[in-house]
Amino acid sequence: MSDRLLLGTNKGLLILEKRGKTWEFVSESHRAIPVSYAMRDPRHDTLWACLDHGHWGTKLHRSHDSGATWEEVPAPKYPEGLEREPGHPATVSYIWCIVPGGQDQPNRLYIGTEPGGLFQSDDNGDSFHLVETLWNHPTRPTSWFGGGRDYAGLCSIVVDPRDSRHVTIGISVGGVYETCDGGETWQPRNKGTLACYLPDPHVESGQDPHYMTCSPSNPDVLWQQSHCGVFRSTDGGQNWQHISQPGGPVYFGFTIATDEHDENTAWVVPAVADEFRMAINGSLMVCRTEDGGKTWQELRSGLPQKNCYDLTYRHALDIRGDRLAFGTTTGNVFVSDNRGDDWACIGNYFPPIFSVRFA
Amino acid sequence: MPIIKFTHHLQRFFPTLAPQSIPGQTVAEIIQELDRRYPGLAAYIVDEQGGLRKHVNIFVDGELIQDRQSLQDAVSEAEVVYIFQALSGG
Repeated sequence: MSDRLLLGTNKGLLILEKRGKTWEFVSESHRAIPVSYAMRDPRHDTLWACLDHGHWGTKLHRSHDSGATWEEVPAPKYPEGLEREPGHPATVSYIWCIVPGGQDQPNRLYIGTEPGGLFQSDDNGDSFHLVETLWNHPTRPTSWFGGGRDYAGLCSIVVDPRDSRHVTIGISVGGVYETCDGGETWQPRNKGTLACYLPDPHVESGQDPHYMTCSPSNPDVLWQQSHCGVFRSTDGGQNWQHISQPGGPVYFGFTIATDEHDENTAWVVPAVADEFRMAINGSLMVCRTEDGGKTWQELRSGLPQKNCYDLTYRHALDIRGDRLAFGTTTGNVFVSDNRGDDWACIGNYFPPIFSVRFA
Repeated sequence: MPIIKFTHHLQRFFPTLAPQSIPGQTVAEIIQELDRRYPGLAAYIVDEQGGLRKHVNIFVDGELIQDRQSLQDAVSEAEVVYIFQALSGG
């Protein structure tokens, strides 16, 4: 289990650490600047923070000393002259996530942006370039669009730990795409998922995977919390099975986390779909499946059960060993040391939380 | 040659930034020279396609510039160019 948490919040990056039996506030960085995502790259012991200045654009910072000092590095840029759609220049309006490459690619990093761009670095983040093969996919002009935000967001990046050339990404809204040849070609992988907001919910592309991840013990097992349910694939995304609960509560939400060792176990934080986007019946729960989505358990111990409006965004749930942590739009952070059976609130009154990652 | 003045908010990221005279025919040329003097500053003012960021305003002698996409407003005869942030946020 990790004893350090990175919180990307609307007012900066907050670092919490467990000392003894309590979690303590360690540091604050990028004061008052929204941090859309932050993570630690264990390969270089480097912290990364994606900033969303209201005025000055998206920025990228890294720290080699656990957040004591930060260095701004050039943020990803769309190539000169590129257009988001005819007549509208393509510019990075949000950095959704930054993800390390494979173990055999020590200097590879990926970044997902709005509008719908995958960027790649091979110099440990000194520079990034757009993966144009994905940007130029023929489905992008017709099937990628905004939802919640103005434009499509590339929010999920899964690098296969067995083969770094195998990368699966999720675009909200756009769907899941897979490359098996290091990004030379991309194929939509949305069979079995639903786009319940389109006339044809079974379209090849245009789905809305809010967040997608894999089971580390079997990377062929993919999971996604989408706009239209929870889905699981056991064949690397070739086919998806709908594993929501009929009538809920497991249906709508943003985030999903998987067990490190058990490909049948995952956690979601359900919410009321979709025009409400709030806790169900004013109470907060985490739901866990241990049988690949056939059944779900409601985990409420230690979580607020009345007058609660907490919503958990797509990058705001993380797991390390048996410990889970999530943060909410209401600025609460909850931790469980027993796989979600019991929760403790380790902080209130934080700013709205966009990302929670163990460091 | 206009004097360029800045919102003090930019000094958080560029601490030595101060009002200064910069030669140039257009706002775009001013931004280019500013970036030479303060590497990285242009990316705070314009996006990667050269357009003025949505929540940044530039005034030439008190008038909001017209060309927010390519910043071709003339400044050669101007006295003061202000670079401000728009009033937004929360």
